Amino acid sequence: MTTPLIEARHAGRILYGEITTTLVSDITLRVMPGEFVAITGPSGSGKSSLLYLLGLLDIPTEGDVLVSGMATKSLDENHRADLRLAMLGFVFQFHFLLPEFSALENVLLPMRALGRLTDTKKRARARELLTTLGLADHLWKRPDQLSGGQRQRVAIARALANEPSVILADEPTGNLDTASSAQVVSILRQIVNEEKKAVVIVTHDPALAAKADRQIQIVDGRIANESAPGDQAATAAS
Amino acid sequence: MTLIFDIAWTHVTARLRQTLVGIFGVATGIGFSVMMAGLLEGSQKDFIRQLVDSMPHISVTDEQREVPAQPATKQFDVVEFRSLSTETERRGIKNPLALMEALESWFPGAVAPSVATKALIRSGGRDLAVSVIGIDPKREKTVSKLASQMIEGQLDSLYKASNAIILGDGLAEKLGVSVGASLSLATTKGAPVFARVVGLSHAGNRMTDDNQAVVLLKTAQILDGRTALINEIRIRADDVMAAEALANRVERQVGYKSTSWQESHQDILSAFQIRNAIMIMVVGAILLVASFGTYNIISTITHEKTRDIAIMKSVGLRSATVRSIFVLEAAMIGCAGTVIGWILGYMLCVLVGMIEFRSGFTDMTHLPILYAPKHYALAGTVGLLSSLIAGFFPARKAARVQPVDIIRGAS
Repeated sequence: MTTPLIEARHAGRILYGEITTTLVSDITLRVMPGEFVAITGPSGSGKSSLLYLLGLLDIPTEGDVLVSGMATKSLDENHRADLRLAMLGFVFQFHFLLPEFSALENVLLPMRALGRLTDTKKRARARELLTTLGLADHLWKRPDQLSGGQRQRVAIARALANEPSVILADEPTGNLDTASSAQVVSILRQIVNEEKKAVVIVTHDPALAAKADRQIQIVDGRIANESAPGDQAATAAS
Repeated sequence: MTLIFDIAWTHVTARLRQTLVGIFGVATGIGFSVMMAGLLEGSQKDFIRQLVDSMPHISVTDEQREVPAQPATKQFDVVEFRSLSTETERRGIKNPLALMEALESWFPGAVAPSVATKALIRSGGRDLAVSVIGIDPKREKTVSKLASQMIEGQLDSLYKASNAIILGDGLAEKLGVSVGASLSLATTKGAPVFARVVGLSHAGNRMTDDNQAVVLLKTAQILDGRTALINEIRIRADDVMAAEALANRVERQVGYKSTSWQESHQDILSAFQIRNAIMIMVVGAILLVASFGTYNIISTITHEKTRDIAIMKSVGLRSATVRSIFVLEAAMIGCAGTVIGWILGYMLCVLVGMIEFRSGFTDMTHLPILYAPKHYALAGTVGLLSSLIAGFFPARKAARVQPVDIIRGAS
C-alpha cells in the first residue's frame, strides 16, 4: 500500500485569545502521489488555514499532519523547516519572491539552503526550470521587472527547485489575468502528469477546481464535500 | 554560509543610505573614542614624564619609617616611660660614600648624594625663601636632567667659583639677578654664605624654576651645618616603573626611608586612576550611543524585511539561519564602521595634536597625544561587540517570526 505524501488525521486549528476562533476542525484527508487536489470553499471558510497545516507552516491544535507517514506535530521548528525545504514546495497568491534578488537567484534560494547539489548543478537546474517555464529571457530580472504571470511562474520554479513530493499552492491564479491563469494551471497539471508529484491547490475558481483530480470543499472549517470530476452528486464527508 | 552572506550583503547594499548612516555612527563612536583615549593617556603620560624628570626616581632621606627606639626602651623591660628626655641624634645619612658604594654594586641605575635644605636668599633689597640643593655635579648628571636644563652656564661651572650657585630662571627673574651676580644665603642652622651666580636652569616646571637653587654639596653642608653628612641619596632607575619595588629593596638594605616617585605622588596617581575610570566611562558611553545606531538600522531592516523573513522561513530556512543573516548584517556595519573609525580616530589624533596649546605652568606647546595600538584594538573590539549585540536582538526577533502570520496577513 502506497504511503500518502500528506495525511491529515482529525487535524484542527484553533486560535486562542480574547475571542477563540476555530480556523479548521476535524480534517481528515490524504494526498497521494500523482494527485491533483483542489481545496475549494467560500472566503473565510478555512481553505488557506488547511493548506498551511498541510504545508507545516502552522501546527495543528488538535489531531496531526503526517508527511510521508511521519507525524509532525511533535517535531521541533528546525525539523519542520527541514521537511518543508526538502519535501514541500509553496506557491502563494502574492508570488512572495525576494524583491532584491533576480529570478534565477530566487529559484536558487531553496537549493542553496538545502545544499544537496554542487553550485554548477544548482545553477543549471535553476536555468532549466525557468527555461521550461518560458522565462529564459528573464533570468536576471528582479520581480519588479516581471509581469504578474511571470512572477508566479518564477514562484512555481522556486517551489520545484528541490524536487519536492508535493506542491502546495494558495490561490496561485488569484491575481492573474485569464491567459496567465491558464498557463499556471497548465504548468501545475503538467507537474502532476509528468513528474508524478502531488499538487494541492486552494482556489475559489470553479473552472480551476474542475481541472483537479479531486475537490475538497471546506465550509466553516470543516470538509463539507469531497468529489472527483464527473461526480454528479457530492459525497458527504464523514 | 555564502547564502547567508549573499542575503545579508544584498540587504545592506540595497539600503545604502541607512547602511552608510549606521557605518558613520559606529565610525564616529570609534573615531572619537580613539581620539579621547589618545588625548587622555597622552596627557597623563606627558604629565608623569615631567613629574619623573623633575625629581629622582628614588629618594633615600635621613628619616626612618618607624620611630627609632630610645635607649631606655632598649635597656629596660617596661611598658611606658614618662617625662624621659629622649636621645637627640645628629640628623643625616651616616657613611654616605659606603652606602652609595653598596647600592651601586647591584642597583640598576645611578646614585648621587645631595643635601637639601631651606634657605633665605638675599639679593639687593629682596629676600626669598628657596630650596637649596647641594649636589656633586659629576654624579648629578647621572641621576637628573639638570645638566641638560642649563640655559646659561654649565653644571660644572659650580666648580669654577667658591660658593657658586645655579638658580632657576624664574627665581633669578624674581631676584632680578643674572650670571655673575652675588647674593647671600642664610639658614637657621649653619653659617651664612656669600655666593656667586654661575648659571641658570630651566626645568619647564614653575615650581622648580621659581624656587630652586643648586650649589655644591660642600656649600650646602656648610649652610645646613652638617659637615660630612648628607640628607638625601638621589637614585635614578633604568626602569622608571620598577622604582617602587627597587625603593623597598633599597630601604631594607640601607635602613633609611626610601621613597619612590610613585609613593611621593600617590595622590596624583590616584587621581589618574579616577581619570582613567572616567575615560573608560566616556568612551563606553560614546560607543554605546553608536551601538544604538546599529540597533536602529538592524531593527528597521528586520521590520522592513518581515515579509522576506516569512518567505525564507516558508521555503525552509531555519530560524538560526535567519538570525545569522541579520547578525551578519550588524557585523558588516560594525566592521566597516570600525575600519573607518580607526582612520577617523587617527586623523582626529593628528588634528588635535596640531592644536597649539600654551600653559603658564609648563613648556607644553601642543596637546600631547599617545598613539597606541591598544586604543584602536579596544575601541574596535568594543565597537564591533556593541554592533553585534545591537544586531542580535532585532535578529532574534526576526528569527521568531512565524511565516504563517505574515502570509495570512498578506493574503
